[in-house]
Amino acid sequence: MSAAKPRIRVPEKAKVGEVIEIKTLVQHVMETGNRKTADGKVVPRNIINTFTASFNGTEFFKADVLPGISANPYLAFYLKVPEAGEFEFTWLDDAGVKISQKMPLAIG
Amino acid sequence: MEIEVIGRRTFLIGAGASLAVATFLANLPALAQEPIRSIDEALKKVLGDATATESGITLEVPEIAENGNTVPFALTVDSPMTAQSYVKTLHIFASGNPQVGVASYNFTPASGKASVSSRMRLARTQDIIAVAALSDGKFLLGKRNVKVTIGGCGG
Repeated sequence: MSAAKPRIRVPEKAKVGEVIEIKTLVQHVMETGNRKTADGKVVPRNIINTFTASFNGTEFFKADVLPGISANPYLAFYLKVPEAGEFEFTWLDDAGVKISQKMPLAIG
Repeated sequence: MEIEVIGRRTFLIGAGASLAVATFLANLPALAQEPIRSIDEALKKVLGDATATESGITLEVPEIAENGNTVPFALTVDSPMTAQSYVKTLHIFASGNPQVGVASYNFTPASGKASVSSRMRLARTQDIIAVAALSDGKFLLGKRNVKVTIGGCGG
């Protein structure tokens, strides 16, 4: 996997206690391990198997992913905003490649 | 190589294995890669001896998916998401795929809303089943059928 920059959409500002939606998209082949090449060899599995989302160091959402998720996985989920701070999103694939991205969130 | 070892350990912790990491490492590739092929087996693994109540989960899926490679879905569990009562884990299964598990989503009260959207692969027309594990130990279940025109699992 090339360490492509993930696309993340969070509001720039939110109110304390507001529930906000976070949308993420990352480029990844999500090879299922079911596919065979023309000469009959199984293409080894390589998927993003884990995604985590933290806010100010506290994990609030985690996805354990299997090959049933489509290539270039899109994922949207929620956070109840406790305070201003910083998100950290992490994707981890079968080959051990890790992609991390931080995003700020202001109160207003 | 070192990176791979970290990956395996992470898997172990995630799986909640309590045995020594060293003992497990030798067998791990098989364990990690051994997919569950039947929906009954997958449900039993999640539910144990408990039964799930068929309510409280909204599954938004297309009635007909023309391309099984990328079928959008949205799951929402009716829950106050407070420290006293929240959804711990939401599992989604595709009962007719070669590997029935699709994903498991873990929430905390800080999530605010037990809701998630993503896209899945569907090999053929089948039932999509979502199971929510609640903080009080109870389970909810939701089910929807999706008709698939062109399957999307490679194989």
